[in-house]
Amino acid sequence: MKIAIASGKGGTGKTTISTTLAYYFAQQFPTALLDCDVEEPDANIFLNIPVSRTFDVDVLIPQVDMDLCTGCGRCEKMCQYNAIVLIKGKPLVLPELCHSCGGCYLVCPEKAIKEVKRSVGTVEVGVNGNLHYAGGILNIGEHMAIPLIDEVKKEHYNATFRIVDAPPGSSCPVVHSMQGNDLIIIVVEPTPFGFHDAVLAYDVAKTLNIPCAVVINNLVEEYKPLFSFLEKENIPVLAVIPHDVDVARSCAQGNCIEYMLTKYQDKFEAIMRYIKEKVQ
Amino acid sequence: MTNTIKQLAIVSGKGGTGKTSIAASFAKLAKQRIVVDCDVDASNMPLVLPHTIIEEIPFLGEKKAVISQDRCRGCGDCVIYCRFNAIKDFYVVEPVLCEGCAVCTMMCPYEAIDMVDNQSGTVVISQSDDQPFLFAKMGVGQGNSGKLVSELREKAKSIAEEDNYNLIIIDGPPGIGCPVISSITGVSHVLIVTEPTLSGMHDLERIIQLTKHFRINASVCINKSTISSDNIEKIKEICSKFDIAVIGTIPLDMDFVKAQIAGKTIVEYPNSVASQAIKSLWERISQLLNL
Ligand code: SF4
Ligand code: SF4
Ligand code: SF4
Ligand code: SF4
Repeated sequence: MKIAIASGKGGTGKTTISTTLAYYFAQQFPTALLDCDVEEPDANIFLNIPVSRTFDVDVLIPQVDMDLCTGCGRCEKMCQYNAIVLIKGKPLVLPELCHSCGGCYLVCPEKAIKEVKRSVGTVEVGVNGNLHYAGGILNIGEHMAIPLIDEVKKEHYNATFRIVDAPPGSSCPVVHSMQGNDLIIIVVEPTPFGFHDAVLAYDVAKTLNIPCAVVINNLVEEYKPLFSFLEKENIPVLAVIPHDVDVARSCAQGNCIEYMLTKYQDKFEAIMRYIKEKVQ
Repeated sequence: MTNTIKQLAIVSGKGGTGKTSIAASFAKLAKQRIVVDCDVDASNMPLVLPHTIIEEIPFLGEKKAVISQDRCRGCGDCVIYCRFNAIKDFYVVEPVLCEGCAVCTMMCPYEAIDMVDNQSGTVVISQSDDQPFLFAKMGVGQGNSGKLVSELREKAKSIAEEDNYNLIIIDGPPGIGCPVISSITGVSHVLIVTEPTLSGMHDLERIIQLTKHFRINASVCINKSTISSDNIEKIKEICSKFDIAVIGTIPLDMDFVKAQIAGKTIVEYPNSVASQAIKSLWERISQLLNL
């Protein structure tokens, strides 16, 4: 069973919920937490799983052999991202614009282009008993998050439950994190910002044809538009967790999983019950 | 003679630190400004800045491949060459996965694939408090948000030049990726909003490194400061390690939520504690930017 935890808006408690859920599941089943929020990977700050293996994730970028290149310009014409420009008849590669599509390499009539590796980030992997962890860390200044996300999602394939901590937003990295999961749980804050962004995440899930459920977090007061939307779209609400300053305080100290499980165990039981029913 | 246009970007690394509420407050406090919501994936500023839309401009992202079922002979080459796994069984392109690289088009032996225009978003120009407010709507699961951000900023700059605005306030997206980089390149100053939680601090280091990487002036403000006084000290240590000033602290204040539900900014609640703190933060920034 593969579950992605998404939120649309950042800071709704997505990582708190996904790490607590992973921890809770791991008490009974081999469970993996896959941190795909590679721009800001925070899950292991709370899980504290010793990292036993790391590896670099590379993408391929073109390298031109100037002796073979005749300056025909086909590579420049092929590249949809302006990552190759001809300067004085010689191609110059701009790695930060390259999407690693391989087009220039395929199109070059002189076979003057060879593809070389460029690192975009690191994947960390670790295990603690039943609880497995893998997370991606994007290099600073890097824009290619997707290859890293795809690598993280390949880890711990045998775990009974695989929980993906998806990035905020609704763009490509979110699509890639959600893709291939059996269920998306959207952690939503009942505020205008929270609601607006949760709808975007829901739209991504809908586009991908994956069923959704919701956990409402940080409830201060009932925010009507959210509740009527959930009803209208028939999205199940698995748990409602009130706003609780002590959650923030426990996050400040790094022991929020413990705190969540002591104070809100029933909520996580309810989420688990729903997921178990889904499996059957 | 051209006046110098100051650009202030507000970013946070971690989401949910209150960045947008603070940026929207600045929009209210500044006398003369253009506001740009560069969080194009999930733009929230329009929810708290009442505005009238003046113009909507379609934004064309990268083209997408479309396979003509009439011309396709099912050889399967496109599947092999597409590095983004965007072509599904029996030769249909999944638009959300297609990155528009056009490799399939080139490799198809039967010329069965066309690249077609794709409107990936909309640039919206509006007025809020009788001054320009720009934001964008991005289509679901679309790439290229960095380019959309650049487009927004270009527009803002040309309006500033035409109508003599000397300040552009930019609300940046969370994270440290492509749209964030596009939001901060070339600005006069970056204000980083953080919070005293472990993840807040972790993300703070990464966003500071990003500003250092691109050599952009930055300072830090700590929101929800009353959550943990220990961590405030740690944040100050991180900042001094990177030689960055902490120029404001804002206490945890539930009026933020109240204001948001009312569709307002927190500075419209003059008695709230956060409102006072944001006003003095704004004074600091005005000095820093020489406004
Ligand atoms: S690999 Fe693709 S994106 Fe990169 S330079 Fe070549 S054509 Fe352009
Ligand atoms: S396509 Fe090959 S030969 Fe032509 S300019 Fe590019 S690298 Fe040189
Ligand atoms: S390469 Fe062209 S003909 Fe072959 S399967 Fe793809 S679209 Fe069809
Ligand atoms: S344009 Fe590129 S990404 Fe899109 S389907 Fe063709 S090969 Fe794949």
